[in-house]
Amino acid sequence: MTTNDEVDEERRCFLRRATATVGGIGLAAASIPFVSYWLPSADTEAAGAPVEVDLTPIKPAQQLTIVWRGKPIWVIRRTPEMLANLPKLNHLLRDPSSDVDQQPPYAKNLYRSIKPEFFVAIGICTHLGCIPTYRPDVGSVSPTWLGGFYCPCHGSLYDLAGRVFQGVPAPKNLEIPPYGYINDNRIIVGAHQAPAQTKTT
Amino acid sequence: MENFLKKINVIAWIENRYPLREFWYKHLTHYYAARNFNFWYYFGSFSLLVLLNQIVTGIWLAMEYTPTGEEAFNSVQHIMRDVHYGWLIRFMHTTGASAFFVVVYLHMYRALIYGSYKFPRELLWLIGMTIYITLLAEAFTGYVLPWGQMSYWGAEVITSFASAIPFIGDDIEVWLRGDYSISTVTLHRFFSLHVTAIPMVLLLLVFIHLVALHYVGSNNPDGIDIDHEHQTPDDVPFQPYYTIKDLVGAVVFLIVFFSVIFFMPAMGGLFLEAENFTPANPLQTPPEISPVWYMTPYYAILRAIPNKLLGLIAMASAIGLMFILPWLDRSRVRSIRYKGMLSKIAIVVFVISFIGLGYLGIHSVSPLRTTMARVFAIGYFAFFLLMPFYTRYEKTKPLPEHITK
Repeated sequence: MTTNDEVDEERRCFLRRATATVGGIGLAAASIPFVSYWLPSADTEAAGAPVEVDLTPIKPAQQLTIVWRGKPIWVIRRTPEMLANLPKLNHLLRDPSSDVDQQPPYAKNLYRSIKPEFFVAIGICTHLGCIPTYRPDVGSVSPTWLGGFYCPCHGSLYDLAGRVFQGVPAPKNLEIPPYGYINDNRIIVGAHQAPAQTKTT
Repeated sequence: MENFLKKINVIAWIENRYPLREFWYKHLTHYYAARNFNFWYYFGSFSLLVLLNQIVTGIWLAMEYTPTGEEAFNSVQHIMRDVHYGWLIRFMHTTGASAFFVVVYLHMYRALIYGSYKFPRELLWLIGMTIYITLLAEAFTGYVLPWGQMSYWGAEVITSFASAIPFIGDDIEVWLRGDYSISTVTLHRFFSLHVTAIPMVLLLLVFIHLVALHYVGSNNPDGIDIDHEHQTPDDVPFQPYYTIKDLVGAVVFLIVFFSVIFFMPAMGGLFLEAENFTPANPLQTPPEISPVWYMTPYYAILRAIPNKLLGLIAMASAIGLMFILPWLDRSRVRSIRYKGMLSKIAIVVFVISFIGLGYLGIHSVSPLRTTMARVFAIGYFAFFLLMPFYTRYEKTKPLPEHITK
């Protein structure tokens, strides 16, 4: 004990700052479990494992919709005419050469797919998450329509490679999920290559 | 003997330990408000009444509701069909949600026309705006719970707003949803937020709002300063004058409220949308997604702009501008009664724009409607952005010394 009644302001200031700093760090650390709690849980993550798709039953121009991570995944077998129409639309599109990162590197091409014939995409409008409708028939949406996707919510339009048109609310091309070929007739959606164990649809 | 009686006097016993009488005096019998409160001054107390209704009916609903993707829709049907008076409790809650926004919008309109946001009530207004935002969050999380198609797709659209944030948007979206798409996980956490976190925040904010109000005193239709701590010819004590007035108002309000509950609980699709009577289906988007009426003005602004990020920024600034209202209004007077012609025109333009946007937000898009939405959006923003100019340069009428009528 000291008999000196003088307040050491410098010391108090240091203690105040040190307490605030340590307390602040503690609070920030304590927020980690509370924030992480909101992330997808282990079983939710497991339920989002890759799925296999058999391509043989899909007829030309037919659309198959499967579910991966609760999202609709389209697999469409495009006809040669459909593929031939794609380059004609380039001048009407926002991002004809897929410069925006909406696809794995192996789908960054004119057809936005690994093999031109099979188009695999996440069927969720990039505007506000609605599901666009598949409108493959020429002239079905507008007189000059060459086939594509039409979103009923706010009128966004995409071509048959999921490339978005100009002048619609959607900002980006449809997202292409990671996928890969296991063999000529089977693909895996959700992984770039087939892992050891996968779920089958 | 006298001492003994004093000892068993319960009020006195409490009074020695808690400022019960002081509170009653300070906030009721000796809280003075201007004597000319009119129709527009009902809506503050109506908001408290509706809040009470939402809390009580909400607690009752939570007893029979199941917050899982499998059971949510069915449990609401169970409440409607099997639980005794379940239909009544649920319709009181759903109608209460819309009634909440009706009274809050009218309450805010009152503040707008009488300048109740101006000095010294800026903070009161900011707290009120925070209550409004919290109320929107409460309404949104509650709307997801019945797990119908509109619940599901409304949640999908609104949580996808997060994905517009550059770089980390997609991760935030997954974090918010707790899953890679809207699912039972999302439903369950929205339930938790709707019944615990947000109501607690709401109650706290309402408390702070009232503390701020009683510190600066209530404004009045003339927008002149009165002494809220002392009786003058300009004011009357809140109790009994305004408690009785509000009681009469509450009776009329409840007659209207229960007429809606008994005769038109869906309000022709405005309060309960037809699409929401279909169970949620993640693989089928409804033909038209529209939020409930109280959010449609902002939704119309969002849709009017053909760019996702800019649309969201416009929508957020539509609400954000309301926060800075106290600093946009440069007028010497508070009340519209003494403001100039420009302010009166501006209020009319604002009301038409807000209602026009609300109407357009309910309906599907067409080229004409998009153009109209843009015109109304310009009207909406002009009201705020031009306010510093027209309130400053217009000629105002002289203020009276005392409350006029």
